[in-house]
Amino acid sequence: MRLRKLADRAFTLACFASVLLVLAPLFSIVYTVASRGARALSITFITSLPAPVGEAGGGVANAIQGTVMLTLLSMGITLPIGVASGIYLAEYGRGRLADLVAVARDTLAGTPSIVAGVFSYMLIVSRWGFSALAGAVALSVLVIPVVSKATEEALKMVPREVKEAGLALGLRRWRVVAYILLKEAKAGILAGALLSMARVAGETAPLLFTSFGNQGYAGGFLDPCSALPLVIYVYATSPYEEWHTQAWGAALLLMLAVLSINLAVRRVVRG
Amino acid sequence: MPKRPRRKLTKRLNGDRGFFTLALCFALAVTALFTLVLYELARGSRLSVAEAGASLLSAEWNPGHGRFGQLPFIYGTLVSSTLALGLALPLSLLSAVFLVEMCPRGIADLLSSVIELIAAIPSVVIGLWGIFVLAPVVRDYIQPALSKLSFIPLFSGRTMGLSMLTAVLVLALMITPIITSLSKEAIASVPAELKDGLYALGATRLEVMKYVVIPYAKRGILAAAVLGYARAIGETMAVTMVIGNTPVISASLLSPAYTLAAVIANEFVEATSEVYVSALVASGLILFIMSALVSLAGRALARGGVG
Repeated sequence: MRLRKLADRAFTLACFASVLLVLAPLFSIVYTVASRGARALSITFITSLPAPVGEAGGGVANAIQGTVMLTLLSMGITLPIGVASGIYLAEYGRGRLADLVAVARDTLAGTPSIVAGVFSYMLIVSRWGFSALAGAVALSVLVIPVVSKATEEALKMVPREVKEAGLALGLRRWRVVAYILLKEAKAGILAGALLSMARVAGETAPLLFTSFGNQGYAGGFLDPCSALPLVIYVYATSPYEEWHTQAWGAALLLMLAVLSINLAVRRVVRG
Repeated sequence: MPKRPRRKLTKRLNGDRGFFTLALCFALAVTALFTLVLYELARGSRLSVAEAGASLLSAEWNPGHGRFGQLPFIYGTLVSSTLALGLALPLSLLSAVFLVEMCPRGIADLLSSVIELIAAIPSVVIGLWGIFVLAPVVRDYIQPALSKLSFIPLFSGRTMGLSMLTAVLVLALMITPIITSLSKEAIASVPAELKDGLYALGATRLEVMKYVVIPYAKRGILAAAVLGYARAIGETMAVTMVIGNTPVISASLLSPAYTLAAVIANEFVEATSEVYVSALVASGLILFIMSALVSLAGRALARGGVG
């Protein structure tokens, strides 16, 4: 009898301890990024271009430009395909064809980020060279399934009565979908889109040999461009102390961006 | 779609048809994208298969001498992911039990969303932390502790910090949120009557978990584990930054290693010959197929529902 009670106590303790163990690295990460990153942060860090190797100072303005560019461009590619395919699966998708689309999408959702980069390299870079566009295509492969799934689930959450009421009023089906259902499902779709945005902003691997990096500003979508995650990777694996500090600074900027998008998602979901 | 008799003119102006066609086209685009990914990867691998042939499956990776054996990477990918899962699964399961069964609702929600924040941290930031915080801890604290066990091959040798062990720890951290939140759902779906029945018989919480909750939620937990495993297989940046990037097959956790994702990330830009690039695309193809198979398995499990 006492042994059973003891075992139960030990179990409860183990459960509590594992939560602490899971949270400890998170706090360590947030703390180091905040404290070391703050040391690198300054106005010049955000507004100036990288300094040549060995020279002090310099910043990541071009990487910020690149990240904004890549995020906008990949959202431009992702949103129409993701939302429309989600609408298809939720509203029209029945039978074999819909199953095929769903399986393809769910398998695509598990694509390793580096594989998306290799794909875009083969498709675009091997023909037309490095560009922001190639990076955005790689990023889109990763998040189209996310937006599609979010749209499908949000549409399926809308009560049937709402749809039936619209149809009973004599509205065309597409008007019901476009003007009533999408409006009802707005929060879910927006949350999916924002989460994809956060993911896209933080990805490195798909960019290594697609958008490639750039020491200056990119002149347009067909130029190679830098990005905050790329800068963090290159600086962190370099042997220079000065660059390590800058990597932490870039990491702080990136974390702030990604975390604020995530907080925004929570507000959207809560409504 | 219900077919209604209409005059020809209105039929042509019917928005329904256009809207449906548009949605269908984009849905087919997703399927086409999947096919295109496979096609481009296969197209890129062709040269290496033609030139290196069966030696692609050897254990020797030496691009300078035209040796492109993928085995060290396949080994590194499987071992790092499997060990990470072995570490993350018990931790996630215990955490999930704590959050669902032992903790007041408000605190549980807060803790859950904090745990889910881990999944939101960009992988390159975790890699940065891995290099400058975790690797020194592995070198200065975990290694001396393990050195007493160095007669076991698993713990033999010394490390500067960048090793298989560091990669396993980082991966375990990264897959914990997804396994925790999915197994939380599975555990929460166990009907209260079943648990109450056993409690009424005087069972302790541990016994209720062992005889009711875990058996009932087994399938959901398994799906969670498989999805976590798929994540670990494909994880790139954090692993590349801490695993040491050396194409060897070593039994020791303290030795550096390499994964499929890491070799592509690390060597693609520097690949000097066309065969070299093609061999790395082949690594990508192998990785894509591996993770697709694991994802499909996870999907099948998750769809089967609880029970």
